[in-house]
Amino acid sequence: MSRKAVITGLGVRAPGGVGTKAFWDLISSGRTATRIISSFDPSQFRSRIAAEIDFDAELEGFTAEQVDRLDRVVLLALASAKDALADSGLTVADLVPERTAVSMGSAVGCTIGLDTEYARVSENGQHWLVKHELAVDHLFEYLVPTPLAAEVAWAVGAEGPAAVISTGCTSGLDAVGYGADLIREGSADVMLAGASDAPISPITVACFDAIRATSPDNDRAETASRPFDRTRNGFVLGEGAAVFVLEELEHARRRGAHIYAEIAGFAARSNAYHMTGLRPDGREMAEAIRSAMDQARVVGEDIDYINAHGSGTKQNDLHETTAFKRSLGDLAYRIPVSSIKSMIGHSLGAIGSIELAACALAMEHGVVPPTANLHEKDPACDLDYVPLTAREQRTDTVLSVGSGFGGFQSAVVLARPARDER
Amino acid sequence: MSGGAQDQRPVVTGLGVVAPNGVGVKEFWAATLDGRSGIDWIRRFDASGYPVRIGGEVLDFVPKEHIPSRLLPQTDRMTQHALTAAGWALQDAGADPATLDEYEMGVVTASSAGGFEFGQRELQKLWGQGAEFVSAYQSFAWFYAVNTGQISIRHGMRGHSSVLVTEQAGGLDAVAHGRRLLRRGAVRFMVTGGFDASLCPWGLVAQIPHTHLSRRDDPERGYLPFDADACGYVAGEGGAILILEDRHAARRRGAGQEYGEVAGYAATFDPPPGSVRGPALARAIRGALDDAGMNPGEIDVVFADASGVPELDAVEAAAIAEVFGPRSVPVTAPKTMTGRLYSGGAALDAATALLAMRDGVIPATTGTTNVASGYDIDLVIGQARETPVRAALVVARGCGGFNSALVLRHTD
Amino acid sequence: MSEFTIDELVRLMRICAGETEGIDLDGDITDIPFDELGYDSLALLEVFNRVKHEFGAEIPEEMVGELKTPRMALTAVRDALAATAG
Repeated sequence: MSRKAVITGLGVRAPGGVGTKAFWDLISSGRTATRIISSFDPSQFRSRIAAEIDFDAELEGFTAEQVDRLDRVVLLALASAKDALADSGLTVADLVPERTAVSMGSAVGCTIGLDTEYARVSENGQHWLVKHELAVDHLFEYLVPTPLAAEVAWAVGAEGPAAVISTGCTSGLDAVGYGADLIREGSADVMLAGASDAPISPITVACFDAIRATSPDNDRAETASRPFDRTRNGFVLGEGAAVFVLEELEHARRRGAHIYAEIAGFAARSNAYHMTGLRPDGREMAEAIRSAMDQARVVGEDIDYINAHGSGTKQNDLHETTAFKRSLGDLAYRIPVSSIKSMIGHSLGAIGSIELAACALAMEHGVVPPTANLHEKDPACDLDYVPLTAREQRTDTVLSVGSGFGGFQSAVVLARPARDER
Repeated sequence: MSGGAQDQRPVVTGLGVVAPNGVGVKEFWAATLDGRSGIDWIRRFDASGYPVRIGGEVLDFVPKEHIPSRLLPQTDRMTQHALTAAGWALQDAGADPATLDEYEMGVVTASSAGGFEFGQRELQKLWGQGAEFVSAYQSFAWFYAVNTGQISIRHGMRGHSSVLVTEQAGGLDAVAHGRRLLRRGAVRFMVTGGFDASLCPWGLVAQIPHTHLSRRDDPERGYLPFDADACGYVAGEGGAILILEDRHAARRRGAGQEYGEVAGYAATFDPPPGSVRGPALARAIRGALDDAGMNPGEIDVVFADASGVPELDAVEAAAIAEVFGPRSVPVTAPKTMTGRLYSGGAALDAATALLAMRDGVIPATTGTTNVASGYDIDLVIGQARETPVRAALVVARGCGGFNSALVLRHTD
Repeated sequence: MSEFTIDELVRLMRICAGETEGIDLDGDITDIPFDELGYDSLALLEVFNRVKHEFGAEIPEEMVGELKTPRMALTAVRDALAATAG
């Protein structure tokens, strides 16, 4: 009998409200959380918009020492992990340390910490030979962002394998896929798997400015993220985290756990084409989709909903639309597709996990979240993108895809474990 | 393990190395056997004002001799090293990616700090000159995934790829993930390994506050793992690429050589500092042996993590002695000649272990002369030791509590 | 203000994006499309960013993608320079 990995708990920190319920309320209502950047003065940048979290670390229960030492990316992950564990009905005491593991995705790690501390030791870019005497004690932990996995492991007492997965903007899917792999192969029974990114920092905003990837619609921040719309002009940077408790199916059933979904299929491909460019034909993403579906033993007719990467850049939305048609044929026109980045922006490595959380909640509620700000479809993006308003429908099998710099293309299939009996 | 007529064991068929004491496998291995160190005073920039002035720099590498001109402005040094080593490893394996199935080839690399020197240049432009001076390449030259992305592009590898960040343990975790994907049948041909090169002013300053870095102002005595006089580690740059293949597929395509099989692996994580529960390193070692179906007695050499920090050396010596028995297996750490290379370190150790198996010789832990009392290990010091090596265990630890162990074994 | 010549453009192309093997940038490349010369949109963004900082000529971003050859780029830069000078 083969082992299966299921989601039994989830925790989210996303823009627009603290916690899973606030997250679902926002994305199922079609409201947006994109706004003018408030965490620093964005006036010198081309794109001054982001989807920020009003994160109150003290209210979340973090100590002053933690807030000082840990980058925001770690705090977001810890808060989500804590919620996920509580949601699963497990406590730290229930976990067998040796059989509990961690896999956390992040594209850019401790960017805020590095950006801020660089400015300090260089005295605002004045010195190439930066000043060591100005460095904070925990600078090494920003250099190598392993605390993202380490702190989560310590918080739950995990002593199985732990890792940070960093495959750019597919990190959030790949970290969950990696976690599911570890459960299936028997390296762990319970995983804290998810992703976090807190990239809203001058260096990140500057580097996306440089390649014109982000939307410059500074005078209409709340509608700047317009995936699949004719007028879309780039993505809006976001931040956030989502962490899951993944559990071996029998382990979950024995304790009568609530099961959101099975990680039924996961595949990754690379386009081997360009570090930032996408080939218009979408063939590698299509290949990832087909492979994930094969693994999950589902066919196109089974897919009730596709959670798109839908970043809102010209090339991404076309690439993805083509990939759906290429992998699903005419069925692509009948399956609802939506992008929650229209509401919560693009939180780079975290977004894949946040989108999987949206998928699990869509299955839970029988509601497909909409693509906000989609008033006039791009004629070349001609699928059903669930514009503006959520749709009630039975949702048993979901496909979520991601695409990232470096050429990474990933696909995950979530399904109800009951439909595929031993 | 899948049985049957087809032997699908994951085997290493090619190596590529860029290290402080040798650029290229041949140069590196000759230097390693001779005990020639790449640790010296830092020369790339003026480190005289820093409390750490020594490092393992790769100084014999001329990027334009190895990297196409178009790629030079968009890549950090660590990516230039990785691309070069990947090219050499493919050559060593006699593999032409153009003749292999694009979706059956993948790339899994480890990274610790990404393209940090590139990042320093762009941060300086941002803070010193303004946002509009930041390079378009910054969006990917700095991030952790860059090496996997660039290698996949250069060689047309479109199969399952990934990137792991577990500090110094990453090199082993990447090889092990490559093996996992091979065994699952997701791919047949993997480029694995790790590279880091954070020896720039900003990279060094980010490491200096870490209490594990040696502050001893002496290239000869700066990094002495397991020595009574140990004082931390020296940072280096570089790493290794290993080509990992399904043995059946390798044979079918006529692969020239097999360095060995990746026979076992396990990873564990330590409890938080101050916990009553002890370190989890011994469990990782046992786990890797179990995974390989081997007894401790079948291991001919242990390539140690060799932190150089006395408390961590003590933990490792105790774990090795606990699993293998006191002084029961030769232990070595030739990384005393390179410094710790972060994600590149354990990948290079795995490559070194395979070379030791090929040539029947265990390179020495140079520098260390006086093993601290209480460490019940047979550390290979002074001279390289000639002895048949049928199987090796490589141990790696990542800062914060990551433990990984990998078993490599002869295939014949 | 110095005239923006093909030599200046080639110099910046080399600095910002290197050169493609087998292509002689010192030959007559004025009408060879950038993509045939091996320069992608990222390389050109980098080049025009440099043009802006060194020469003060700002090419509107929606125009960058339309500049398919070195000749078109030269014309655009000269026009931008003339506009700022005028």
